[in-house]
Amino acid sequence: MVSVKSPKVPPEKQIKIGVNGDEAVAYAVKQSLVDVVAAYPITPQTIIVERFSEFVANGEVHTEFVPVESEHSAMSAVVGAAAAGARAFTATASQGLALMWEILYIASSLRLPVVLAVVNRALSAPINIHCDHSDAMGMRDAGWIQLFVENSQEAYDTTIQAFKIAEDPNVLLPVAVNLDGFVLSHTLEDIYMLPDEAVHEFLGGYRKAPKTFVDYLGKEVEVKLDPANPLTFGPLDLYDYYFEHKMPQVEAMKRAKDVVKKVNEEWYELSGRKYGDGVLDTYAVEDADVIVTVLGSTAGTVRHVVKKLRAKGEKVGVVRIRLFRPFPFDEIREVLKGAKVVGVMDRAISFGSFGPSFMEISTALYSLKERPLLVNYVYGLGGRDVPPSLIEKMFEELLAVAKEGEVKEPLKFLGVRE
Amino acid sequence: MAQAKELKEPRGWRDLPLSALPYKLSLEYKTGGWRAFRPVIDQSKCVKCLMCWLYCPEMAVLWDGEKVSINLDYCKGCGICANECPVKAITMVPETKE
Repeated sequence: MVSVKSPKVPPEKQIKIGVNGDEAVAYAVKQSLVDVVAAYPITPQTIIVERFSEFVANGEVHTEFVPVESEHSAMSAVVGAAAAGARAFTATASQGLALMWEILYIASSLRLPVVLAVVNRALSAPINIHCDHSDAMGMRDAGWIQLFVENSQEAYDTTIQAFKIAEDPNVLLPVAVNLDGFVLSHTLEDIYMLPDEAVHEFLGGYRKAPKTFVDYLGKEVEVKLDPANPLTFGPLDLYDYYFEHKMPQVEAMKRAKDVVKKVNEEWYELSGRKYGDGVLDTYAVEDADVIVTVLGSTAGTVRHVVKKLRAKGEKVGVVRIRLFRPFPFDEIREVLKGAKVVGVMDRAISFGSFGPSFMEISTALYSLKERPLLVNYVYGLGGRDVPPSLIEKMFEELLAVAKEGEVKEPLKFLGVRE
Repeated sequence: MAQAKELKEPRGWRDLPLSALPYKLSLEYKTGGWRAFRPVIDQSKCVKCLMCWLYCPEMAVLWDGEKVSINLDYCKGCGICANECPVKAITMVPETKE
């Protein structure tokens, strides 16, 4: 796991603990000097806020914990807290995220650097509590940065990074850290934590509000609710200015990708851990004829299968998409352009269309003169298991497509009973 | 961003404050044009109880210490003042009439 020669905090100075993915996030939030955590404390909530509320009750953090009556209120409360200048966090899953939906857009358009942990779980109906990415894809267009992690170590690392990415003056957008429900959230894993002080230093201490010039005050002021410099957040904005107010969001998203990469490198120097270039995590792609793209924890299984197939001499590789919004179009085009066939795995479907990442990858590759063939594999809905045997079957099909040079079925469903 | 240059109105998106904050006060946004009925005060009936001043949701009822009047730049013509007036000194007159 630790690969840099001399990280600022060497492995022996790091704290090794056995935790599940939820607790890994809770510990990361504990170390991130978060001022306000607001969360709905009942189903579909996870252990993240349960563990965090214990830190609050024990007096281990300075955080104001608000156990609100719904996820709609949880997101509203962190929006209010962030507008007042606080570093704010909340967590949810599936139906809870769906209930947050309208306030998600408000957090991003008011440029509030809130961090949200999404434990990815299926949406009703039927009621299901297990992993898929339907919840996260519902917030795809809400103006949030979306990161998907592969394991609990990355959940810890990424949660801390998320505050730094969100608060970067070139970004100022909310960040959602996605971790697979149950596969990560409820599974024990050894992780390495940094000492508190190292995290505090990495984040530059408490959150500092950005500044902006406001004409009626005649000066530059901190963007926060302050009676001395009264500001109005989110008033009526019609056809005269609404369009102009969307453009800074477009621009901030463009800048976010490089900040995600930069923070990944800074974390590497500090902890010795990094995740690809921060946006894509690739394995065995250089000379691969068949490449599979995937989000989240399934990447580990795919990598395992790729190793096995490589040992048999098959030219296969895998790309884990770590950053989904903003989507790394240039990077994905660069990685996939030499492949004959790309299998795009989606743990969600847009009914009446394809899986969400298939649409992005199609868009990314369209500008190439010679494009790889594409097959979309929708898999694992509602927590359906994805064993290596299933991934092997997918690779067999993709290798056959590479041989035939033709895609007969562009949308396939992996692991469903006929 | 510190504002130095004179900016052309309406502004382009690069010249707006962060967080979609308004850069002008809402006082510059006159809502009187929404009005269909105009409150007219009969000063001979007015007892200066200031119920209209208290109830007006737009703070469009003015009180100068001697006389109650209406700020027609902001009055939306909702009629709450006329409804609350205990001596019926306020009448809502259609804007189509003088």
